[in-house]
Amino acid sequence: MKRLSEERTKILFEKLSQYIGSNIKLLIERPDGLYCFREQRDRVYYVAEKVLKVAESIPSDHLISVGTCFGKFTKTNKFRLHITALNYLAPYAQNKLWVKPSMEQQFLYGHNITKSGLGRISESVEKFHGIVVFSMSDLPLGFGVAARSTTDCRLADSLTVICFHQADIGEYIRSESDLL
Amino acid sequence: MKELRKMKKDAILTKEPKQSDKSNVHVTKQKGLSNGSTSKVQKRPKNHVYYPKDSEGEDESKVKVKEFSDDNNRWLKPKKVKTELFDSDEEDSDEEGQEIDDEDQLKVTSLNKLSDDDDDDSVGDDEFDSDSMKEEDESDVDSVKEEDKSDSDSIKEEDDDDDMLPIEKQTKKLKAKQKREQKLADEELKLNIAGQEVFQFPNDAENEQMTLQDIQQRIRDVIVVLSDFNKLRNDTHSRTDYIELMQKDLCNYYSYNTFLMEKLMELFSLSELVEFLEASEVERPLTIRTNTLKTRRRDLAQALINRGVNLDPVGKWSKVGLVVYSSQVPMGATPEYLAGHYIIQGASSFLPVMALAPQENEKILDMCSAPGGKASHIAAIMKNTGTLVANDVNKDRITAVVGNFHRMGVINSTISTLDGRKFTNAITVFDRVLLDAPCTGTGVIAKDQSVKTSKDQQDIQRCYTLQRELLLAAIDSVNAKSSTGGYIVYSTCSVLVEENEAVIDFALKRRNVSLVQTGLEFGTEGFTTYRQHRFHPNMKFARRYYPHTHNMDGFFVAKLKKFSNTIPKSTTTEEEIEEAVQKDEGNKINEKKVKQSKGLKRKHEQEEVVKSKKIKKLPAKKQKLEKQGTSEVVKSKKVKLEKVSKSPPKMKKRRESEMSNDVEVVKSEEIKLKKKKDLKKSETKNVATKVKHTFTSNKIKNKKMFQKKR
Repeated sequence: MKRLSEERTKILFEKLSQYIGSNIKLLIERPDGLYCFREQRDRVYYVAEKVLKVAESIPSDHLISVGTCFGKFTKTNKFRLHITALNYLAPYAQNKLWVKPSMEQQFLYGHNITKSGLGRISESVEKFHGIVVFSMSDLPLGFGVAARSTTDCRLADSLTVICFHQADIGEYIRSESDLL
Repeated sequence: MKELRKMKKDAILTKEPKQSDKSNVHVTKQKGLSNGSTSKVQKRPKNHVYYPKDSEGEDESKVKVKEFSDDNNRWLKPKKVKTELFDSDEEDSDEEGQEIDDEDQLKVTSLNKLSDDDDDDSVGDDEFDSDSMKEEDESDVDSVKEEDKSDSDSIKEEDDDDDMLPIEKQTKKLKAKQKREQKLADEELKLNIAGQEVFQFPNDAENEQMTLQDIQQRIRDVIVVLSDFNKLRNDTHSRTDYIELMQKDLCNYYSYNTFLMEKLMELFSLSELVEFLEASEVERPLTIRTNTLKTRRRDLAQALINRGVNLDPVGKWSKVGLVVYSSQVPMGATPEYLAGHYIIQGASSFLPVMALAPQENEKILDMCSAPGGKASHIAAIMKNTGTLVANDVNKDRITAVVGNFHRMGVINSTISTLDGRKFTNAITVFDRVLLDAPCTGTGVIAKDQSVKTSKDQQDIQRCYTLQRELLLAAIDSVNAKSSTGGYIVYSTCSVLVEENEAVIDFALKRRNVSLVQTGLEFGTEGFTTYRQHRFHPNMKFARRYYPHTHNMDGFFVAKLKKFSNTIPKSTTTEEEIEEAVQKDEGNKINEKKVKQSKGLKRKHEQEEVVKSKKIKKLPAKKQKLEKQGTSEVVKSKKVKLEKVSKSPPKMKKRRESEMSNDVEVVKSEEIKLKKKKDLKKSETKNVATKVKHTFTSNKIKNKKMFQKKR
């Protein structure tokens, strides 16, 4: 467990801001106590300080996870969000996309979202911006990257990809062993 | 008038089944409902009579009057019981009630006639509600009429008996015949019961070829024999023969190994055993637990029902459980599951967490957490406050905990893979600890059939040794001074006493803990006595769950409260733990060991013989000495023995003053000491008696000598 270096903090926050924008502030300044980001084996965990104290007493070889895992730094020092971060992305998301029930299942198997499966999309989504995917009953399903802006979506034909798949909750079953 | 007679005949005819079998009548009634015909019937409510088309107005009332005649008294009686019931409800409806009953009867009569009409009855049924009010009024009027005419009708009835129609006589004859047949049948039945074949004990040759059904039959037979052994036994075979036969059959039929079957037979009575084995063949219903961090049970149920899942609440005792009867989609892959709204978890797994009763803002440890069902339940009850440490030594299984926690939105957790036994050193103290210890899994045979054949004494011993160590570690990692907690919950999915009560008992003797109520409303109490074991009387606070009685996995839950952080020093060294473990089962493990122990016994016996010889020699040598001398020797021996036996209790007393809480340990050891004392007393007694013998023989000799001298 160590603090993130300034460089990595910057990379992380840049990434997060793509999805939740200025809501990052809400993650750090919370009314219910102090929360912080910690790094272990290139994984970034978001955790309350109280929990962290207990975690620090466990030898690091045996420490598997603390609080919520947001993602990991790759070897090229880029940050990759994991599906486990969805708990925090979904409520604060700025760009949202709702998929039709027919597309729901496909997305959960790791496919991109096409225009035909698009139910709703929030306005002013820009191209290549992070977007959180919901089912029509407001269940967060995962997140991805917008392949087209909202205005382009209107004109697109039914087979064009609207959103590139990044992570979905189907991974909890598909790849449980390497979630972290 | 003919019309009336017909009615009466029918009444008699259909009475017949009524007397013999009530359920029959019920069936015919129902038939009547479905076959109900003609416009008139349709407008009547269910419990009203159908009258033939012709009989209307006055005729109708006459028909009813007939029902109250003396002739019918016999079969009207049982119905009066019903009317009493009505009475108790409303006093005003006395007559109505009777009326309705009578009409019921009449309805029965009319069925035969109506059976060929196939008009739809649904209309009649539908109109029941609207018409019932009117009908009640009508019936009131009817009953008044009846009372008026009852006197005159009784006279009429007598006349009828004299000039019976031939068909009536026939029915009488028929009735008599049926009675006789019934009587004969009853007698035959009794004969059959009395002359039931007593189970014959099979020869060995017979054992070779048997079908499963035969074995099953034989199991039943043997159970019957054992239930009334003195009466049904075969004189040449003892009870153990029967039990052995039964054990063999059960092993064959349910494919268990002999060891486990033996253990189970010790645990359950025979009839219960069979129930347990049967229940262990069938999987328990699939249950899910709502994740209260993300949704509510009602919303979840609604969402799942929309996906074609058939479910129900698991019971009053849980507010988060749901039982799934059938589903069109796989329960482990619905979007709701993936979004963490529920987890698939056995109903029995709710219990330890409910017993633990976590509070918000506490520090809680789940020592053996994989796959995280119970741990996430704890987090849900704590509402993500406080801190939760989910530990499991297995690194492959810990990924399931990680997955489940993130899926279900548990954010207050630390997940680790420490060895539970080392927890005392590794981590600060906790308010509560849940120890769902690894076990042999004899309670979840339905889930994993391999348990049936794979377990033996050594496996069980390994399990309970580990369980004891884990439990001690769990107790050590709890803070007794915690303002809200200081509790440890121990649970296993095993039904064996060795892994449950014995482990708790072990901990009670070695740590400052006491058993407390689990707060679980149902479940059978833990054993306070089991075979040769005598557990702490508070063991009744622990709860056991069986697949055959509670329809959940076999389970054991016990809750301990730690009342002092000091660890009693007397008996806690690990060596002694191991010793105790070995003592408990030492002889049984291997035949070799048994032989060794036998050898040891022999040695002991030899030594004893030698000793006794020495003792014999001693008085012989001292025969020449004075009698007092020998007695002094014996006394001195006694004193020595007493010194030996008294010195340990003094030590104990000192210890007691040091550790006032560890009373039980001392007690147990005192018991041991008493036993030792007893042994030594008996030895000294032996010595004394032998000495006495020599004394008496000496006396006799002396007397003879005197006589000779004279």
